[in-house]
Amino acid sequence: MLLLRNQWKTWLLTDTPQSSSQAYVGRIYIGILEFSKNHLAVLGLAIILSLILVAIFAPWIAPYDPVETNLANRLQPLSGKHFFGTDEVGRDIFSRIIHGSRLTLYVIGLVAIIAAPVGIIVGTVSGYFGGIVDTVLMRITDIFLAFPKLILALAFVAALGPGIENAIIAISITSWPPYARIARAETLTIRGRDFINAIKLQGANPLRIIAGHIMPLCMSSLIIRVTLDMAGIILTAAGLGFLGLGAQPPSPEWGAMTSAGRAFILDHWWLITMPGSAIFIVSLAFNLFGDGLREVLDPKREQA
Amino acid sequence: MIAIEHLNIVFGQGANRSHALKGVDLEIAAGESFGLVGESGSGKSTVLNCITGLLSHWTGRISIDGTDLSGQRDKAFYRKVQMVFQDPYGSLHPRHTVDKTLKEPVLIHGLGDANARVERVLDEVGLGNRFRFRYPHQLSGGQRQRVAVARALILEPSVLLLDEPTSALDVSIQAEVLNLLQRVRKERNLTFLLVSHDLAVVSHMCSRVAVMNRGEIVEQVNRNQLQAGTFSDRYTTQLFKASKGYDRSVINGFVDHFTRSEEA
Amino acid sequence: MTQIPLLTVENLNVTFPSPKGDVQAVRQVSFSMSNEKLGIVGESGSGKSVTGRSVLKLLPSYADVAADRMEFKGQDLRNRSEKEMRQIRGEEISMVMQDPKYSLNPVRTVGRQIDEAYCTHRKVSRKEAKERTLEMLDAVKIRNPKRVYNLYPHEVSGGMGQRIMIAMMLIPEPSLMIADEPTSALDVTVQMQVLAILDDLVTQRGMGLIFISHDLELVASFCDRVIIMYGGRVMEICEARNLKASSHPYTRGLLNCLPKINGSDEYLPILERDEAWHSDQFSVSDRSAQ
Repeated sequence: MLLLRNQWKTWLLTDTPQSSSQAYVGRIYIGILEFSKNHLAVLGLAIILSLILVAIFAPWIAPYDPVETNLANRLQPLSGKHFFGTDEVGRDIFSRIIHGSRLTLYVIGLVAIIAAPVGIIVGTVSGYFGGIVDTVLMRITDIFLAFPKLILALAFVAALGPGIENAIIAISITSWPPYARIARAETLTIRGRDFINAIKLQGANPLRIIAGHIMPLCMSSLIIRVTLDMAGIILTAAGLGFLGLGAQPPSPEWGAMTSAGRAFILDHWWLITMPGSAIFIVSLAFNLFGDGLREVLDPKREQA
Repeated sequence: MIAIEHLNIVFGQGANRSHALKGVDLEIAAGESFGLVGESGSGKSTVLNCITGLLSHWTGRISIDGTDLSGQRDKAFYRKVQMVFQDPYGSLHPRHTVDKTLKEPVLIHGLGDANARVERVLDEVGLGNRFRFRYPHQLSGGQRQRVAVARALILEPSVLLLDEPTSALDVSIQAEVLNLLQRVRKERNLTFLLVSHDLAVVSHMCSRVAVMNRGEIVEQVNRNQLQAGTFSDRYTTQLFKASKGYDRSVINGFVDHFTRSEEA
Repeated sequence: MTQIPLLTVENLNVTFPSPKGDVQAVRQVSFSMSNEKLGIVGESGSGKSVTGRSVLKLLPSYADVAADRMEFKGQDLRNRSEKEMRQIRGEEISMVMQDPKYSLNPVRTVGRQIDEAYCTHRKVSRKEAKERTLEMLDAVKIRNPKRVYNLYPHEVSGGMGQRIMIAMMLIPEPSLMIADEPTSALDVTVQMQVLAILDDLVTQRGMGLIFISHDLELVASFCDRVIIMYGGRVMEICEARNLKASSHPYTRGLLNCLPKINGSDEYLPILERDEAWHSDQFSVSDRSAQ
């Protein structure tokens, strides 16, 4: 067993890989080794992974239906029967938080899938071509950056109507500009480098250069930034929920839950504390994870 | 093979305007190894960038193999003319393995048979398959430069532009890379245009040399003249003296070649 | 030369810890020098820069530096505190690096920076400092010191920048200057002019100069004595004028693989590295030349 492990290790860390995939996997392995040295980041990753597991297995973990009301049971304190107590209409808060993790993941997942690609495409195209393309794209970006994020999201939601999907669209629209800025800044430093000149002299067209040679180098800063932004996205989604413009009742969104619990904060603290803590822990986890990623992926370290 | 007439290029405007190339004329025969010598700012690398199309706002005439070049280069041009850059640390994509770097041109030009081509060219530059799946950071400077040469050769060009190909390398590695370049030139009957600040390297590699200063070609000499040090131009003479090593007595005679902003 | 040597280093070892095992950058290096131009030549990784830096204790704190002797003008440098070293670095030993652009503050004029360096060493008035600065700029053969005084670092060329750095380092009138590839980034004519300045400083002021370079030919023509390093070890110490006639296999190998202006276009001989150069018997001490 130990022998096998050692063989794997030499295979991964070899200086003379036999195939592209071995080289690639070896590189990832070194990254993982580096990452695991940062204990807080590993903790963050563990929390994020358990969030994902909880979301997947929510119906099996949650002891109660998250939306079923039971007025006879309202405002129960913490107990063996209701771990986190019940809310003002008798729903089990623990079950609601478990199911709420799905909504949270749904929001950050969709935002990342929409905002990050838009940002990286706008940024790299703008940075690579420069000139009029750059001016037009960056002024559009500036316009989006000029609005306060939450206010702009509010405006969009107000126009599109409240609801979790519209909240996601609104958050995505407001979060791509910083990514575009980062991608553009990276592109500007990369595009003058000799390896880009070299590929130009191989006859590559701009699409190939941007997608195959520039974007991969922008990825690491972008992944770091997106991860660190996840906390902000969760908070914005929760904020919209809190203001009644995100997920609509009775769906168990954490922000909406804190909002509903606000009225009971003095006598029934768990209504607001439990979903609030969930938001806090998950945001913190993403921040820790993002910091750890930065240490592994930071392109500035790589050139050394 | 390469003919350049009245090549002019101007950078910047107004106070920052600099006339980087002032009517450069060159004529390089097929199979010749031609050197372009000069100090920094003389415009020697700019000539290469004009040929390759990295700079496009030049005026004058550049023709390769009888065809005049215009603003846009087509794929056929890049199959004919390839370049090796100075800095082996900057000219390879840091996230691409040697394999990927070498396959990229094959894919762009749709040549097919990529694996065999990569293996062949790696053998030719003396690296072998062992290095094929390494990343640049796992290679030494000399090995990287060999990869850069392999990348230039994989499209089987007839002209190789060399921009200070060994100036970032240790002397023992420089010798290896220079030998490699000479060998592939003989084997493939390539035309070389070698840009360098090092008279010894140029004298070793090239049969004819043009000396540039401040955007102009001040003198063209052949190897015999270069080795004997018989020059007609004062700048060339001074460059030659300076390249001979440190000699306190000749230095006081040096004329400064400062840019205008520093001329006091 | 019977006077007290300016600098004596005996059995210097420098080790850098690394996750893949310790890296010994310098092994058993010994030399001593007086007021002369001492060249240290080697390829990258030979330990030449590390040797220069360890004299000034400019290595990162995780480096393990050990020496049997490290004496500058008879005083032991080994156990000096960082504060005492700062004193020595300012007053007695200066260092010039390869690229002046990174050593100068980009948002202050050249003159002000030299003034400031001067004021930290001597209690003088602004006016006097400026006068001395102009004198210094003149000493490094800058033709119009008053104009250069008001320039910003980005407005000066590489050669000028390097002269300015040297001018700055000369203010405390050091008795030893360590120059790490000071001219490698410069054009060859400018390089010669900068070297001439350093040369004059050694001959006129009696300064000692450690000249670290990768350029064998240059060191052979510029320095008085040369240390040739390979793999952290001293391969050979010889008079510079005898360098080209050296019989040491490594030195010979390096000399042979240099292209020459009046050589042929035949293939260059390749340096065959000998494992034995990594063994202790190839480490040389400095007795021969002193």
